[in-house]
Amino acid sequence: MKRVVITGAGTINALGMDVAATQEAMREGRCGISELEFRDVQRLAIRIGGQIKGFDPEAEFNRQQLSLYDRFTQFTLIAAREAVNQSGLEFHGEMADRSGVVLGNSGGGLLTQDENYRAVYEEGKNRVHPFVVPKLMNNAAASHVSMEFNLRGPTFTVATACASSNHAMGQAFQMIRSGMCHAMITGGSESMLCFGGVKAWEGLRVMSKDACRPFSATRNGMVQGEGAGVFVFEEYEHARARGAMILGEVLGFAMTSDAADIVMPSKMGAARAISGALRDAGVAKERVTYINAHGTGTAANDKTECAAVADVFGHHADELMISSTKSMHGHLIGGTGAVELLACLMALNDGVIAPTIGYEEPDPECALDVVPNEARDAEVDVVLSNAFAFGGLNAVLVLGRV
Amino acid sequence: MNVKDKVIEIIAEQAMLEPSDITMDSTPESIGIDSLGLVEAIFAIEETFDISVPFNANEPEKSDFDISSVASIVAGIERLIAEKAP
Repeated sequence: MKRVVITGAGTINALGMDVAATQEAMREGRCGISELEFRDVQRLAIRIGGQIKGFDPEAEFNRQQLSLYDRFTQFTLIAAREAVNQSGLEFHGEMADRSGVVLGNSGGGLLTQDENYRAVYEEGKNRVHPFVVPKLMNNAAASHVSMEFNLRGPTFTVATACASSNHAMGQAFQMIRSGMCHAMITGGSESMLCFGGVKAWEGLRVMSKDACRPFSATRNGMVQGEGAGVFVFEEYEHARARGAMILGEVLGFAMTSDAADIVMPSKMGAARAISGALRDAGVAKERVTYINAHGTGTAANDKTECAAVADVFGHHADELMISSTKSMHGHLIGGTGAVELLACLMALNDGVIAPTIGYEEPDPECALDVVPNEARDAEVDVVLSNAFAFGGLNAVLVLGRV
Repeated sequence: MNVKDKVIEIIAEQAMLEPSDITMDSTPESIGIDSLGLVEAIFAIEETFDISVPFNANEPEKSDFDISSVASIVAGIERLIAEKAP
């Protein structure tokens, strides 16, 4: 089996327009959640989110591109450019044929749908722009990345709600590990912050009106975010031969399904994914220093996740650190695991653990070291990234240093 | 149909029971309504009476709306309807 390393990272999210700005915000425990700004927001009960402000698509893309790029595609391309640029890779010939794109996403071009439904239903128009379909399809972002960088191998989108990005990165990992591909562009993106997108979430009554406070006894729900995280996964010998800078090694991955409930998480399903990922990585659980939690700030997730971690790690659960950066950038749904992987890379490369901000009061049912409010310096060995989706779909990645 | 009977009808439909099977002492658990079912029933109640019910599915017991029994749900809805009246 081949070894898989990360040689490029890129992002845009409410904390920053690139990786450096995002990791700086995570170090400082800055909150990117703010008042939402879009049409009809006054008709919503939930008016906060990790919305990217001050982003000018016209500065990044030309008129033709903008007619084809929904906001989730724009985010993806911006993050992919940063990641590919950092990796230094170019894709020609056999390298292009053996490299591809697998990205997580849940809502597709929801803003495009929202705008066009509004035009035909509310405004009574009978004509829509000719590119509505290629703009809103879930695979649009992955396809545009393949076109921009000439990636001619396997390219597709994974949609497993809140676990989409981790499932996508798991696929990319396995494709390189098996020898099928030399490099994969992977991660995910989401853009659901529009009237229809937030209204739908409002209906479920699990959203907070004021803040995302994972693991805190005072939490009252989740807060949505938007953006993208994109990485270059590369076969280790290939990266080493060209002297690439290595940001981390993907050691293992596991996915499970609860087979139980469409929204309520299961401790067993989560625990099986965590222990499965450690087994796949061949890593003893005592080596895990840090877990980037799914940590949505809902009672159901936070209690279940902490119980699963306690089950898998036993006494070591009290030694490790676990934090949820959703408290800062919000829940990016299909893109969340990708942006959260940046906290894992920061832990591995800088020895800094991103905090869980907004933490006010301990919850006896989440009695782990959740790195409350302030980042912490630590000697980091192995890190985990958890993602547990609606539908009972769990995906956990294990990362380490080379 | 008064508020109480209408609420019971909605709850019975959610629980897939006859309205006669629902008593004022019934709790959501006792008639097999889980948290997702409760969210759906609250939605139907809001649509029926054109009110907004302050119910947080995240931690129902901590909501501003008491859902511990059919009686408390009916009382809460009657209060919301009264508050809405000009």
